[in-house]
Amino acid sequence: MKKKSSKIILLMLLSMTIALTGCSGDKAEENSSTITVGIPQDIEDSLDPHKAVAAGTKEVLFNVYEGLVKPDSVGNLNPAIASEYSVSEDGKTYTFKLREGVKFHDGTLLGADDVKYSIERCMDDGSGTALVEAYTNIESVTVPDKTTVVIQLKEEDTEFLAYMTTAIIPASNKTPDTVPIGTGPYRYISRSPQENIVMERFDEYWGEAAQIQNVVFKVIANADTITMNLKGGAVDMYPRVTSAQAAELGDEFTIEEGTMNLVQALYLNHNTEVFQDVRVRQALCYAIDPQEIMQFVSDGKGVEIGSSMFPTFEKYFMKELNDVYNQDLEKAKELLAEAGYPDGFSFTITVPSNYQQHVDTAQILAEEFKQIGVTAQIELIEWDSWLSDVYTDRNYESTVIGVDATSLTARALLERFTSDASGNFVLYRNADYDKAFENAMNATDESEKIKYYKECETILANDAANVYIQDLPQLVAVNKKFAGYEFYPVYVQDISKMYLVEK
Amino acid sequence: MKQFFKQNHKTDNSIRQMLRKRKSPMLITGIVMTSIVLLFVLIGLIVTPYDSEAMDATSKLAGVSWKHLMGCDNFGRDILSRVMKGSATTLFIAMGTVLIGIAFGIVIGAIAGYFGGLADEVLMRMNDAALAFPSILLALVLISLFGTGRYNIILALGIAFVPSFARIVRSEFIKQREMDYIRQAELIGVHPFRIMFVHMLPNSARVLVSSLLIGFNNAVLAEAGLSFLGIGVQPPDASLGRMLSEAQAYLFSRPGYALCVGGTLIFIVLGFSFLGEGISEDAKG
Repeated sequence: MKKKSSKIILLMLLSMTIALTGCSGDKAEENSSTITVGIPQDIEDSLDPHKAVAAGTKEVLFNVYEGLVKPDSVGNLNPAIASEYSVSEDGKTYTFKLREGVKFHDGTLLGADDVKYSIERCMDDGSGTALVEAYTNIESVTVPDKTTVVIQLKEEDTEFLAYMTTAIIPASNKTPDTVPIGTGPYRYISRSPQENIVMERFDEYWGEAAQIQNVVFKVIANADTITMNLKGGAVDMYPRVTSAQAAELGDEFTIEEGTMNLVQALYLNHNTEVFQDVRVRQALCYAIDPQEIMQFVSDGKGVEIGSSMFPTFEKYFMKELNDVYNQDLEKAKELLAEAGYPDGFSFTITVPSNYQQHVDTAQILAEEFKQIGVTAQIELIEWDSWLSDVYTDRNYESTVIGVDATSLTARALLERFTSDASGNFVLYRNADYDKAFENAMNATDESEKIKYYKECETILANDAANVYIQDLPQLVAVNKKFAGYEFYPVYVQDISKMYLVEK
Repeated sequence: MKQFFKQNHKTDNSIRQMLRKRKSPMLITGIVMTSIVLLFVLIGLIVTPYDSEAMDATSKLAGVSWKHLMGCDNFGRDILSRVMKGSATTLFIAMGTVLIGIAFGIVIGAIAGYFGGLADEVLMRMNDAALAFPSILLALVLISLFGTGRYNIILALGIAFVPSFARIVRSEFIKQREMDYIRQAELIGVHPFRIMFVHMLPNSARVLVSSLLIGFNNAVLAEAGLSFLGIGVQPPDASLGRMLSEAQAYLFSRPGYALCVGGTLIFIVLGFSFLGEGISEDAKG
């Protein structure tokens, strides 16, 4: 009998774990000027704004750091640490006038030296590589007086200003990766690995102060528990729920709709033998139907894309590339047969398990590839492993992920695919592409630049560099206690604009 | 049929005696429930109402209907078909786990119990060390070494299950070691391994069968637990734990999803529990 009762206890425990997930977390916080924001991943890579690579890290650090200019929600670059700036006639000299009285979070005043230090740090991190690729174009950074910084470029670059969003950090801080000090509306307090990141309003902020006193970014590594966490009150806001999750939440939550500004694709490792054949890559493109994927993942919301560019960048986006491949299973099978795989082949899709959208997409892709005889095995891995195995070590066959733009330029999206770019995690190598990109870099005329960028996009599409899917819709679930969420054309979460709703 | 019974009467072993006795209601319930489960899984291996991986946008999260007896999941996949396939996966993993566990457990337990002395000390202290870890935790460590996937889980859980079986076999062997028939066999000069596996093992069958069933239940729950945590069976493959994890997100709008899967899991575990309990109760008297 004893054995049986222990069995029953086990069963009860099992059902309780399910039931109790919803009750975990700190309910009924009295100090309601604290907002808890769920994030899918921990800030594993670095708290150093210049060294962070993951979009998920940068979206959090946006609240702590600022550059000379700062993007706003409609895509303008507004003066931030610089109060004004001017560009010389030849477009090679940028003069920034610094705002007076800007303070760092440690209380010290920001000086022109800190700006010079930050920019030079990004030009060369000590090992000869530039942390911001565009800064290799900088000839010199000079400080003629205490409130002026002059940046001299080697070549004219019409997109240069967009890169001035790079965070300015104090020259005196030797350990920015553990003690982040910036000038943003929120001050970093603490971080518990795999648990949370805590921030507090910075009361000496130069601009309009944030309204909510405390922000806790809580890591929710298991995507299946998002609705539980929201409904149970453990988090007040989650910036990326799926439409099915949104439907689950009910009327305690506002669902804000925007786009994620990501290029979601099945990224192929070009070092994998089978993907070296363009016909195989094209066959995969012909096998899928982005509309069907959107139907499943987000009830048909989302925008189809055909290359590494999303529609928010209107100037560069080419809608016609969506039709380079329309689902055509016969054609896909023919291409596979031509490439020497008449019976298909099998490969692995590695997906970070904390992103429900990508996990769902991978499952639909696997089902679609089945129709042309290609077997895709899905391997779910944790975000840290994704970052180290896939992104850094490039030890994978394919992955579903969304790639963001770090600044408001086409370059931010397209430079990645040049042969020797450090962010080229798909190891794409194409001489034509490199040439087109170089032309775009050298072009001084705006329309000429756009023309070359579009050429780059077209090459990526025709060469089927990756299996492009969509720019995901962003559904932000916000507890009705809070309001004021704003979407940005870059991948950030701006908490400073949010406020508490009076009841 | 008649002949079959006749033959059965001639043989004389404990299992037949057990069967002839009046069976406890617990045993009968266990047999019925387990048969239903096995039938359900066997049918699932041959045919399911729908392809368990076929997606259908029109029946996304569809409710219970005659077309879909358990409804559909968020990809429009038929839950009943997936439960059938998932139960098969779960049972397959549990069976593999128990086989590995019992095979190594018997060898280790037999050597330790029969020879005693130094062999016993060394093997059992190692066994105690392994038992000191909760088996799920041990399996987690092993999975991080081997990687995920259904065969790796079998291996990881199998290894984690060895110590408990080894302990049971050892105690049974120590008990029998002192019995006259073993003493006599030794005097005649029967090889120790023959004594262990031909003489002693069949006589331990009764204890082993019920511990096997309990172990099987633990393995079912362990697989479900691991897959629930996302480190077991990988999508799009179905397993009961994996499906519970997926159902979690729809607990409020579609509680039926989680209930169907959880209910199946409970039914399986309960069935085998009754069976094991019934067998050991009947054996006692």
